[in-house]
Amino acid sequence: MIGLITTLLFAAPEWVRTAITRERQPNVFWSEYVVWPLIQILIVLFIVLTVVAYLVWVERKVSAFMQARLGPMRVGPWGLLQPLADGLKLLLKEDIIPLKADQGVFTVAPIISVVAALTVLAVIPWGAAWATISNINIGVLFVLAVSSISVLGLVLAGWSSNSKYSLLGALRSSAQMVSYEIGMGLSIIGALMFARTLSLNGIIEAQQADGVWYVLFQPVGFLVYLVSALGETNRAPFDLPEAESELVAGYHTEYSGFRWALFFMAEYTSVIVTSAIAVTLFLGGWTLFGLESRITPMAFSIVVAVLFVLLALLIAWRGVVGEPPSVMRTVGIVAVAIFLLLAAGVAFARPFDAQSARVLFSVGVFAGKILALIYAYMWFRWTWPRYRYDQLMALGWKWMIPAGLANIVLTGIWYVLALPRPQGVFGLMREQAGRLAPTGAGLAYFIGTAFVLTIPLSWALLATINRRTRDFNLAEQRQLQMRLRRERLEKQLQKGSQETEQA
Amino acid sequence: MTEPTRTAGASHLDLDEREHTFLDANELVLNMGPQHPSTHGVLRVILKLDGETVTDLDCDIGYLHRGVEKIAEHDTYAMITPYWDRLDYVAAVSNDLLYVEAVEKLLQVEVPRRAQYLRVILTELQRLASHLLWLGTHAMDIGAVTVLLYCFREREEILKIFEDFIGARLTAHAFRIGGFWWDAYPEFEQRVRAFLKILPSRIEEYETLLNANRIWLQRTVGIGIIAAEDAIDLSLTGPCLRGSGVRYDVRKATPYAAYSDFNFEIPIGENGDTYDRFLVRLEEMKQSLLIIEQALDGLPEGPVMAKVPKIIKPPVGDVYHTIEAPKGELGIYLVSDGTGKPYRMRIRPASFINLQSLKKMAVGHLVADVVAIIGTLDIVLGEVDR
Repeated sequence: MIGLITTLLFAAPEWVRTAITRERQPNVFWSEYVVWPLIQILIVLFIVLTVVAYLVWVERKVSAFMQARLGPMRVGPWGLLQPLADGLKLLLKEDIIPLKADQGVFTVAPIISVVAALTVLAVIPWGAAWATISNINIGVLFVLAVSSISVLGLVLAGWSSNSKYSLLGALRSSAQMVSYEIGMGLSIIGALMFARTLSLNGIIEAQQADGVWYVLFQPVGFLVYLVSALGETNRAPFDLPEAESELVAGYHTEYSGFRWALFFMAEYTSVIVTSAIAVTLFLGGWTLFGLESRITPMAFSIVVAVLFVLLALLIAWRGVVGEPPSVMRTVGIVAVAIFLLLAAGVAFARPFDAQSARVLFSVGVFAGKILALIYAYMWFRWTWPRYRYDQLMALGWKWMIPAGLANIVLTGIWYVLALPRPQGVFGLMREQAGRLAPTGAGLAYFIGTAFVLTIPLSWALLATINRRTRDFNLAEQRQLQMRLRRERLEKQLQKGSQETEQA
Repeated sequence: MTEPTRTAGASHLDLDEREHTFLDANELVLNMGPQHPSTHGVLRVILKLDGETVTDLDCDIGYLHRGVEKIAEHDTYAMITPYWDRLDYVAAVSNDLLYVEAVEKLLQVEVPRRAQYLRVILTELQRLASHLLWLGTHAMDIGAVTVLLYCFREREEILKIFEDFIGARLTAHAFRIGGFWWDAYPEFEQRVRAFLKILPSRIEEYETLLNANRIWLQRTVGIGIIAAEDAIDLSLTGPCLRGSGVRYDVRKATPYAAYSDFNFEIPIGENGDTYDRFLVRLEEMKQSLLIIEQALDGLPEGPVMAKVPKIIKPPVGDVYHTIEAPKGELGIYLVSDGTGKPYRMRIRPASFINLQSLKKMAVGHLVADVVAIIGTLDIVLGEVDR
């Protein structure tokens, strides 16, 4: 039984070929370019949309955890069915279009947003080998180009609502997303220099070949990317477009029901996408210290079994032990039993061949890294206050963009210096499988220059640029205000004494 | 056709739509409230915006007007107390203290010392609760949502203490003219002391979250500055006045209840901006803790109720009394004509007068700052509209 399922799942290309075309000779066009991609798209969409729904649940649970409360607890065990209930509620809501709204644009705007967000999923390298839908050679450009279309959805939504709050929200969001896109684009160039490719899988393979995550070569680039990604996805502390304390709900003030849910889906999908790009470019993608190519079916089965056992233990700990007899407790016992059985099944049957073990492991690694980043995003959101509009723009234009530019220039200098002898000075790189890879000393050189030189130099540059800015020099600003106050008081006193003298 | 005349009480801003056609107008009139997440109730602020910069604003109030002053003329002295709970409904105990003390002044009743000490403890706890609510909502307006939940966690403890002592959480109706209904329950002191023990560490928690937070500083330092002279001219009171560096506190200036028995400091700010008012209120919370501790240490034994006639008929006369409520100086002018009902009751609401400075503080700032400034003024619309 397990064997059959795994055959269906993991040997899909061959199976699809024979089943669909009924030919001994595989029809390469249909199977490789139509049927199998469609199946992949369905799987990815299903998984991502489920994950998006559960991200809302996770967000609520994480915020509850940070705010000393429980979060959703009513619908299902630990509120696990809450996303389902929310989705159903939103689907069944009355579909309201404001009377004075531009009806056509109002309807299209959320669709543009969500389509732009979901299209990017096509090129994300979810894992090694067959786990990527399409590995195109300009993946990074594609991601940047398509994800910037979603701005259009927000602007149109704000404009067509014919409401002042929506309009202000849309203005804010368009300005913000356009500015932060620049910083984002600049921040990834350093990593692209090392990878020497725009293909997302190629970048991961380059990191695999160099034996290093590019976050070590590009700490400044990574930081700029993280901040810009927060700005790009409109998440706190940059959630101005929907700042509820100022603009009620920003561009989607007038939206309700499933149209609103589409915006929500677009927002969370773009959170996943930007995290995925960060993982791909800077955190080694689906690689994990070479384990992903060395893992045997045996080891992978044990890992999966251990995960199942841990899940069963978690359920037993939180929902079964010490609970009074109830339906929920019975459900918990059944769940524990099922997970233990699954663990035993995986451990003894070992249903994976070498290829599928490696691919599934890489998918798991990628998902784990994305979730870690998303947790950090949630952490930021529930800890920090919100920036003001002008401060946000100042941060984008006076900090992120100069930092990105400085990073490019400095990285370029270190890179050129390290080229092989005739062109370079230090000769810390060598030709390897058609691309330049740093040698062992080169690794130390690049990491050293990044941390010892690039960070202080770009910090010094930023400090110079922002030396006299109002908002970023608080101590100075307060002293300035106090001086002005003192001067004004003194002037008034002088005026008063003069008047008395005249009198 | 004659031009439509402006009705009384309408805004002074010209809201004629024809003058603000969409494309050639460089000003946008934004109506913020009365249903808006961060106008703290039903305040309506009409903003004139140039881009996002506020060029002019006007407050439209009165959505919560109940005519408390008029109602008071038809009720007996004892029946009026619950109306005071509903003025500043997040600091009901402080309001009650003002009213009962004013009536006691009229009656010339000496309240027992134990009752006075208990009153101080309860009003200071109320000040803590009010400031906690202010801190939470203020921080949430600026975007730090988590602080709100932390503050509510501590405020809940205070409300529980109130509930067990007084019988109500929000609209407490804490005192009776002449003292208390009943003495404190046996564990009262122990529970207040337990609360005093946890709160300092919690205040430290808020300070870690906000005090040195870069974004928080950027959003509050230099925002809504009001100079000391202007604050005095606008007759601001409470933390809004002290934030501008004026050391004035009714508890020190004209001590009431038992405040002259306790040592405490009046914290003041230097710049009169939102950040200073934030620091002043945080420091005030610490001072309240000190006062409560001293009151608990020196809590005398004895009765909690003075001899007050069953039917309260004060002699002919009038009295003006003020206390330092959490929002500022709360005053009452009470005229008795010798009957069982006051001839006139006039309230000096702290929030209403503090709200007048909104325009002075907010013009020239951005929309987001208006929200921060409304938060820092710490208004309660129940008191503004009466």
